[in-house]
Amino acid sequence: MKASIGTQGLILNEPLLWEKGAKGRSGFSLPRRDVERCAMDKKVIGEAPNFPDLSEVDVIRHYTRLSQWNFGVDTGMYPLGSCTMKYNPKTNERQAALAGFAGAHPLLPARLSQGMLQLLFELERYLAEITGMDAVSLQPAAGAHGELAGMLICHAYHRQRGSACTKILIPDTAHGTNPASASLCGFQSIPLKSGPRGVLDPADIAALMDEQTAGIMVTNPNTLGLFEENIRQVAAIVHAKGGLVYCDGANMNAVMGIVDMQAIGVDILHLNLHKTFSTPHGGGGPGSGPVCVIKALERFLPVPRIVKQKGKYALAENFPDTVGKLHAFFGNVGVQLKAYSYIRSMGPENLKRASQMAVLNANYIKEKLKGTYHLPHDRPCMHECVFTDKHQSVYKVSTLDIAKRLMDYGFHPPTIYFPLVVSGAIMVEPTETEPKENLDSFVEAMLAIAAEARENPELLHRAPMTPKLNRLDETGAARNPCLSD
Amino acid sequence: MLSTVGSRDLDDLFSTLPADCRRTRPLKLPEALTEWELNRHMDTLAGRQATAPHYKVFMGAGSYDHYIPASVSYLLGRSEFSTAYTPYQPEISQGTLQAIYEYQTLVTRLLGMDVANASMYDGASALAEALLMAIRITHRTTVAVSRAIHPLYRRVVQTYLRPTGYEVIELDYGSDGRTDLSGVDKVSELAAVALQSPNFFGCIEDLQSAAQTAHADGKTLLVACFTEPLAFGLIKSPGRQDADIACGEGQSLGIPRSFGGPGLGMFAAKRAFVRSMPGRLVGQTTDRQGRRGFVLTLATREQHIRREKATSNICSNQGLCATTAAMYMASLGGTGLQELAQLNYDKCTYLQQSLQRAGLKLPFAAPTFNEFVVTFPAGFDRTYQRLLKRKIVAGLALDEYYPELAGSYLLCVTETLAKEDLDGLVKEVAA
Repeated sequence: MKASIGTQGLILNEPLLWEKGAKGRSGFSLPRRDVERCAMDKKVIGEAPNFPDLSEVDVIRHYTRLSQWNFGVDTGMYPLGSCTMKYNPKTNERQAALAGFAGAHPLLPARLSQGMLQLLFELERYLAEITGMDAVSLQPAAGAHGELAGMLICHAYHRQRGSACTKILIPDTAHGTNPASASLCGFQSIPLKSGPRGVLDPADIAALMDEQTAGIMVTNPNTLGLFEENIRQVAAIVHAKGGLVYCDGANMNAVMGIVDMQAIGVDILHLNLHKTFSTPHGGGGPGSGPVCVIKALERFLPVPRIVKQKGKYALAENFPDTVGKLHAFFGNVGVQLKAYSYIRSMGPENLKRASQMAVLNANYIKEKLKGTYHLPHDRPCMHECVFTDKHQSVYKVSTLDIAKRLMDYGFHPPTIYFPLVVSGAIMVEPTETEPKENLDSFVEAMLAIAAEARENPELLHRAPMTPKLNRLDETGAARNPCLSD
Repeated sequence: MLSTVGSRDLDDLFSTLPADCRRTRPLKLPEALTEWELNRHMDTLAGRQATAPHYKVFMGAGSYDHYIPASVSYLLGRSEFSTAYTPYQPEISQGTLQAIYEYQTLVTRLLGMDVANASMYDGASALAEALLMAIRITHRTTVAVSRAIHPLYRRVVQTYLRPTGYEVIELDYGSDGRTDLSGVDKVSELAAVALQSPNFFGCIEDLQSAAQTAHADGKTLLVACFTEPLAFGLIKSPGRQDADIACGEGQSLGIPRSFGGPGLGMFAAKRAFVRSMPGRLVGQTTDRQGRRGFVLTLATREQHIRREKATSNICSNQGLCATTAAMYMASLGGTGLQELAQLNYDKCTYLQQSLQRAGLKLPFAAPTFNEFVVTFPAGFDRTYQRLLKRKIVAGLALDEYYPELAGSYLLCVTETLAKEDLDGLVKEVAA
């Protein structure tokens, strides 16, 4: 094998913010005082917060050192399944930072915000076209917020029809956010077992679906990386009982230009702009989770909606059936701008090509590793594939050990122990932005780890060895929570 | 690669999809732009926006214009922070984790609370989640919300609480611009009383009295909300006044306005309620060699473990914005934050006094921070339009949100407006 990219370098220690600095320092150029100081009412005045005083160079070095303890997409391959950690083009950052956008106040009269409103209006149309849905609201601030918007729409739809729905079907492969979002709308989750082929069996839906069930929440492609091939029959069964089909679009990266979500029976879909549309995830956000619906559900979308009248853009509130507002303003607009920039840079052919390459890359890894790692569903996958630690567990090596050892080889580990239906899952999503040589290096690393598992399992239990810290005591952290200094 | 996977071509990769699931029509989208074409297009769109410094924007209402040091923007360019995912693998995410731990600590110190989470989407959703948390803790189903809370936040609260049938009672504001608490003790079984301070009118509420009123039955919680955390450089923190949950918008702390988002939902509580809190928490621990490190913790509250019984459905939050706020707070320091808050207070007071001298009426007498309500003479809307043409945005008209305040405007002043800008506005509106 070629030399691994994993290595060690000079990483510096850095204390907590308040363990450095000295009283009276400041890293902020205080604006000129051009009015007189006035005393505030004594009854409301408090003492200054106990913050450390630091100089600019103190702050810069602090965060520069911290950043070097992190692994991002810009550091290396990040095959985190279901998270679509593709490369984030830097032109997107330039566009979102333009003074006209970054400095825009959300409540300005519409005629002073025509540039922004035009852009957001067009982005809604692009997302509708890419998904095959009819109408879009950009307001949800993240994927789970988009799910909540979707469930609120589902709830409002049934209430208007006078149907007293109390339940919703959720496959066991669903993201944990799905049942949590449904329960915010008062729906009881009815778990659905996926069939032996890893996809939904229409007979199971038919057995559970009744008039008290609001619909189904599916993820397609699902979290096993498989396309729900019976989705049209599933949708027909749900629709026949008056239910709606909600699709978690977290995995849309596999099917842009390939699948029309409305044509396969989806009524409501959310997207993750920070996955499919290349906006950076920021170490935990901000994301953006637009909700897309069919024409019949458009009237329930969050307000305000962006409308175009006589060539001018405006914000409209007059939608009496709306679920209301989910965000004080219009969601994470800065993130939406980056997704717009991505779609305009890519164009229609390259978006489809991105999905094709994402699927090719995942299948390539699947084929290269399936003899060595157990592959529960050995058939063509979409943008991700799920292995397990079954072959390694005989040497007392677990998925966790494999994941930690990958760090030493210079890779971010895949998603592990998810989906829950696969014991010891290792979920690999390479994305389209990794070239073949990176996929080959990843495969080599995984094969080398499998060999280590056979020959020197103790090495894997000790991993990782190259990061600044080794395994952390998570049990202790939860038993005696220390959440601030 | 195609031969390895056994496909003839790229289309063949999808041959297992049923034919009736395949899209037949190509995507109808604009053709790809080069980087330079995109730059020109975006420059044109951005150029149609009215922003400072070309416009003098006296508008706050939950979105504030503050200076952002170049050092903060520069640090955010460290893509090890921005291109990472949620720190599920702590060994290679210590940068994010320590930064968030420090953010949580700075937030507890700013708000005077015991524990803070890693962030929520924005101030409005943070308030809605705080009320749901109070409902979970008290097992009660009614909340009382002040009408002096940001009207758009109250609409988000309605969206979150309506489907499950929880009741929201509104508390009116009094003649001084602060919440009238006299109705609270007439309502029994309240889960929470929610106030904003400084409130939507800029008035500083007496949270201490509100806490006493709320706590009278031994169970009702006080939720203290805010849109302008810079105020806590100067005024008493919610924690010092016995608030049980403090939540609000942190956009002021180094985050650009960006048409209202991304901002930062700040969320903190008393220690006793930590296990009922929504959102992610970072905790301190050690590695196998006993070295200090940080991990995501108390995940048993969260949806990926508890699924439908989770304290919230939130997963992605506003992590990078929380990091930004920490960088900004670290740059200011305690001394700098107090000085900056004082300067904001002084500038706003200067404008208030100048307007009063010019004969304009300020309907609310309570002390304010950064924002205040002014009542203009009838027909001011024409002046407002005239000022827009002169690139002055003279605040936010309140009639849309408070019909009884027709003719009144909410004005905001921060450190980014100079004395001459303030004098200019006074001259225009007095004319």
